[in-house]
Amino acid sequence: MKYLDEYRDSALVNKLLRKIRSTVTREWNIMEVCGGQTHGLVRHGILDMLPPKIRMIHGPGCPVCVTPAELIDTAIELSLRSDVILCSYGDMLRVPGNTISLQQARAKGGDIRILYSPLEAVNIARNNPGKEIVFFAVGFETTAPANALSVLQAWQSGLKNYSVLSAHVLVPPAIEAIMSDPETVINGFLAAGHVCTVMGLGEYQPLAQRWKVPIVVTGFEPVDLLEGILMVVTQLEKGEYHLENQYRRVVGKDGNPKAIELVNKVFEHRAREWRGIGEIPVSGLFVREKYKDYDALRKFGEINIQAEKQTECRSGDVMKGKIKPPDCPHFGTKCTPEFPLGAPMVSSEGACAAYYQYTQ
Amino acid sequence: MCLAIPGKVISLEPDFDEVNYPGKVSFGGIVREVNFCFLPEAEIGDYVLVHVGVALSKVDENEAMLTLKYLDEMGELDDLKTPPEKLGEWNEIS
Ligand code: SF4
Repeated sequence: MKYLDEYRDSALVNKLLRKIRSTVTREWNIMEVCGGQTHGLVRHGILDMLPPKIRMIHGPGCPVCVTPAELIDTAIELSLRSDVILCSYGDMLRVPGNTISLQQARAKGGDIRILYSPLEAVNIARNNPGKEIVFFAVGFETTAPANALSVLQAWQSGLKNYSVLSAHVLVPPAIEAIMSDPETVINGFLAAGHVCTVMGLGEYQPLAQRWKVPIVVTGFEPVDLLEGILMVVTQLEKGEYHLENQYRRVVGKDGNPKAIELVNKVFEHRAREWRGIGEIPVSGLFVREKYKDYDALRKFGEINIQAEKQTECRSGDVMKGKIKPPDCPHFGTKCTPEFPLGAPMVSSEGACAAYYQYTQ
Repeated sequence: MCLAIPGKVISLEPDFDEVNYPGKVSFGGIVREVNFCFLPEAEIGDYVLVHVGVALSKVDENEAMLTLKYLDEMGELDDLKTPPEKLGEWNEIS
């Protein structure tokens, strides 16, 4: 398929590996923020092909993994109401909340529909005027434009039975939080290409300067990932730290200004809790006052949710790069994709799932 | 859900507004309905990236080609410098 095969070409992959090998002289820790990139690195066996001096650390860029258990509980509670159809991405289904998952709620009679896009949820709202349709809006900057669009479509057509349960999180505040941790070991970042497709490059240059770390906006195919790694390593070896864009074929300097505008119209930035990590300032998107009728949290009033219970899951340590998934004592024993203890074991962007799926 | 693969635009509705602009995109033969509000400049035949039902950017053919060409040439120069027996430690990607 066009623009896929070329970027999976094994001759280019091997050329890049050789170049990386001849460039690296010291040990470097590089974090790929995005869970999609983690899966690419594991699936294509890239982690085993890199020189041992390069350690890839898998970041918190798995939106499902960082969605607080309380919000999952809220979604479950809503789904069990007889007047609600709860719509979600499939990834969310098996992620455990504090007690059960959405999948288990479905078995208890919850009307839960798996959708590919929030725009489908607006159609369901149109076709089911007697029901309340709630879309569980999980994701980074990449999926926020579609959610904003769904709210505006509902608003424009006067639909009153649609709302979003927003669990949106933002990447730059997470990088900020990771670098502010005095124990951080990260020397450079691969930034998530598709987040920058929307947001552009503007937020990342100041981060690279302030924390003196190379940041390279990178795509998802093996050639992209290896070129991104090479660009980071080249900067590190020269003692440089700036922003570079490996994914130029897709990411422009300004991102998609129309999408940014619409997201800002519907959502505002506030502090948000990240599961396993804790609260990160200005890292979440919340529905603005003007569209409060489309905000499930306001619409359904105070929902009785409990704070996250103590958990044996080490997801926070995995996402901060302190341990690799197989170092978790529960990996592959108490925690498997079938019976997960934590979200990273079930999400298609979770690091534990990647290791389980491709290395077991 | 942040992952996307490039698809080819195969149709676009002539009428659209700020929030509704339907079109169709083929991903290696699988056709999906896509909203083009954020990418009104897209034309039939373009390759685009779609996230959860919304087209967000075009694939720039020129950049795609330049990157591949650059990487290919970079490799050529290196091959001359690196003795082949040193490469054996690395698994080749299949
Ligand atoms: S293996 Fe399971 S319990 Fe351990 S960190 Fe991953 S998801 Fe959590």
